[in-house]
Amino acid sequence: MSLSDENMKHIVNSLSEEVLTDKLNFEFLKAAENEASRLESGLADLKDYVISGLKQSGHEQKLANFVLRRLPHIKQLHHHLTPEEHKKEPITYIRKSQLAWEKRIWKSLNSMCTELSLPLARKRPDKDFKDMNRKWSELGSDEPNLSQIRPVYAPKDFLEVVSGVKNPNCNDFPLYNNWGLIQATLKVKSLHELRLQYSHMSINQAQSGVDDLTRTPTDIFQGERNKLAKKVIKSCMAGAVQEFLKKGSPTGCRNQIWNSILGIEIGDEEKLYYDQLKNSVLVHDLLVDNLIYKDIKLTATNDDQYFVFEDYLYQVLLPFFRDLVILETIKKSTATPAKSYIRGKLGNEEYAVFYPPNGVIPFHGFSMYVAPLCYCYDDPIMLYYVFRAFYARFFHHLHCVSSHQQGILSLSLLFERLLQQIEPQLFYHLCSIGVQPLKISFKWIIRAFSGYLCSEQVLLLWDRILAYDSLEILAVLAVAIFSFRKTNLLQIQSFQAAEAVMNDLTGLKVIPLLQLTLFSE
Amino acid sequence: MSTRLKYTTDLDKSVLINNFEKRGWIPVGPDEDWNFYWATVQTVRSIFSVESGYRLSDDQVINHFPNHYELTRKDLMVKNIKRYRRDLEKENSPVSEKDEMGRYIHLDFIPTTYMLPADYNLFVEEFRKNPSSTWIMKPCGKARGIGIFLINKLSQIKKWSRDNKTSSFSAPSAKDTYVISRYIDNPLLIGGKKFDLRMYVLVTSFRPLKCYMYKLGFSRFCTVKYTASTNELDNMFVHLTNVSIQKQGDEYNAVHGGKWSVENLRVFLEGTRGKEVTDKLFDDMHWQIVHSLKAVSGVIANDRHCFEVYGYDVIIDDNLKPWLIEVNASPSLTSTTSSDRIMKYKLISDSINIVIPPGEGPDVRWNKIASRDNYGNYELLYDEELAAQEAVAQDAKGKVGRLSNKKPSTWK
Repeated sequence: MSLSDENMKHIVNSLSEEVLTDKLNFEFLKAAENEASRLESGLADLKDYVISGLKQSGHEQKLANFVLRRLPHIKQLHHHLTPEEHKKEPITYIRKSQLAWEKRIWKSLNSMCTELSLPLARKRPDKDFKDMNRKWSELGSDEPNLSQIRPVYAPKDFLEVVSGVKNPNCNDFPLYNNWGLIQATLKVKSLHELRLQYSHMSINQAQSGVDDLTRTPTDIFQGERNKLAKKVIKSCMAGAVQEFLKKGSPTGCRNQIWNSILGIEIGDEEKLYYDQLKNSVLVHDLLVDNLIYKDIKLTATNDDQYFVFEDYLYQVLLPFFRDLVILETIKKSTATPAKSYIRGKLGNEEYAVFYPPNGVIPFHGFSMYVAPLCYCYDDPIMLYYVFRAFYARFFHHLHCVSSHQQGILSLSLLFERLLQQIEPQLFYHLCSIGVQPLKISFKWIIRAFSGYLCSEQVLLLWDRILAYDSLEILAVLAVAIFSFRKTNLLQIQSFQAAEAVMNDLTGLKVIPLLQLTLFSE
Repeated sequence: MSTRLKYTTDLDKSVLINNFEKRGWIPVGPDEDWNFYWATVQTVRSIFSVESGYRLSDDQVINHFPNHYELTRKDLMVKNIKRYRRDLEKENSPVSEKDEMGRYIHLDFIPTTYMLPADYNLFVEEFRKNPSSTWIMKPCGKARGIGIFLINKLSQIKKWSRDNKTSSFSAPSAKDTYVISRYIDNPLLIGGKKFDLRMYVLVTSFRPLKCYMYKLGFSRFCTVKYTASTNELDNMFVHLTNVSIQKQGDEYNAVHGGKWSVENLRVFLEGTRGKEVTDKLFDDMHWQIVHSLKAVSGVIANDRHCFEVYGYDVIIDDNLKPWLIEVNASPSLTSTTSSDRIMKYKLISDSINIVIPPGEGPDVRWNKIASRDNYGNYELLYDEELAAQEAVAQDAKGKVGRLSNKKPSTWK
């Protein structure tokens, strides 16, 4: 596919705009200045000299990495008369569903406030400020009274919304009616397309997550893989690293590999920014803080894989809900962040603020997006930036109704289509006893399987998300698990029994399962 | 052969009984003809005592060695390891090499330890070298964290000095003898919390030494954030990881019981610190365990009827160096959580499969070389017999014996 000139121009413009606002720009200026100061010959050579200097010092590679990272996320070119809301979400009925959904959760949050007579936000008294500051690294030990707080919504509620999205232009003629829950008409990839997309995962290629598990040749494979990993990391070429990751990362190199692809470097600026976020946590007490507390207490604290990281989760999530960088991402997506007004100024736009400041209202299980990362990063600040990058790039798609290919709607539809195609008998059996498969798999997908698989397997799965820059693998894995448990599922007659069969996924090895589903036959 | 074995046990624990019943074994009383006895240490001691006159026959297997306490009593373990090091030194073994500070390079795996009151003066001498150090006092004959306290001033243990004996004629009984060890005050913290490791080791014979390492160990976490501050020396929730202590804290979580699997620990360490150092840490632990067993192999009565599952307690410091804290002869078979119960059930099952090969009756005359298929979640840690065979085979090939190699070749 060749790009039209106009499109090309748009991409170049958007990228250069992004570079200018990124800290990369500052870094470049400084480096250029540095090079220029070393110039010995005449001024006429200045430009060439500086450019070759920047190349040598690795700045050209940094720019290339930046372009690679941002390229897939450039918004497509719109006609100049396209209305704003259309740019966010082109399909009207989907846009309406998302708006209605937002209204609903917003209402439920408000009613909780009224019921418990809690403000959305308040300034922390001096004493609490000092207290919290002192206990910053052990927030888990002192728990506010949360008995009244309940999660605003759970995956189950969201599934209702997702399955209620319906194309009004589509008639109810039975032949066109889906067997599944998803009624939206979107284009999703076929098995064949997925095979091509994930061809690096095919069975004839050795993978981390499969070939490091077997007995004898494991040392050889692992050794080679480790050597190669160090080599690509050293090269600083994000593209090469991403190619490498398609076959999974050795556990010991994962943090560096992910950093390289996500473009994460922690310098003074990042530390300062995190400190500012931390300070805003200390100054203001938000109602969402309670939701986060409650969520962590209900999930990670009770999880025998993640409980040791409880205190890290507070240090990541409390600042996260105040991060305006996330707000910018949310604004560009289908979601519309809720607004709140300073007391007494209701409806006055001048006094409107986004609430929560990052524009995200957490669902039950939100903290599980962070938990697996704790197995790779032992420093809360590092953890923060990695999580933020993951969220902005992938996870926010998982709880927002949109026509985006990575969105939960498309993923759910992809899951149903694939399962129908690969396991028609199973799908038919489940539907005939009134068990919609999506009712079981939805919670896995919305949490990107975190908390369902054992942590190592989650990391191997997220390797593939990052490497192929796509969440579609989640739907494929959900299908793979159904296939794997098919024999048992074909014998059951009720939803409870089906849930029991699918309850414990901790023994599964995801990569062989994915391979089986994608490449058998 | 599928004879139904007769078992008896002193402990009414479901993880044991379920295992025996699953195998279709028949329960009998301890005075009847049993093939397999899961006994308490007291029972085993009385069975093997001279007075009992009890003779075990070839088809009887029991779960403790008669004088296991050489390894499992805190003071005796230290004594045996110290002697073992001296013996190796006399032989000029490369293993007993010391650094310029006079510390053993390869055998420095227990914190400096003294008996009180016996070694009081030695301790004082050591303490004065580092007057600000913290030490931990443990009564010799107790377990589960009972009677343990921390000190950082000599005045706190005046009671145990020799000059202060109230009745100078009576020798101190085991009840008031203590071991005092340098406290590992720089433990590795995860999520800000201190933990220790519980590893299970199965020994089927001490001469030749045959031992297996269980892969499903776990780490036990303190519920409260760790601080080395001396103000908190009395707060046992900070310092002791024993479940029986932590259970009493407000923060105790009954779902996971503060237990984190060793596999998780490994993934975490590899992910955050890298593969090389993690591999080294686990190799070091295996090395320590083998040498602690070698240290007592000469003094343990190596009865053919016996096997034993030891609970090794290890603390890792922030340089990723493991320290052997103590060894338990009867690791708890009470399950605190459901995954705990599954793990302990497997532990018993896998242990039985190595001790009595499936499909065969118990026969203590067998060579005790378990088939790899019966390892379950165990891995062979060290088998002196196999190692010797391997060495012979290597010599036969004309290769030089790997004397300088610090690790036995059967590992991994």
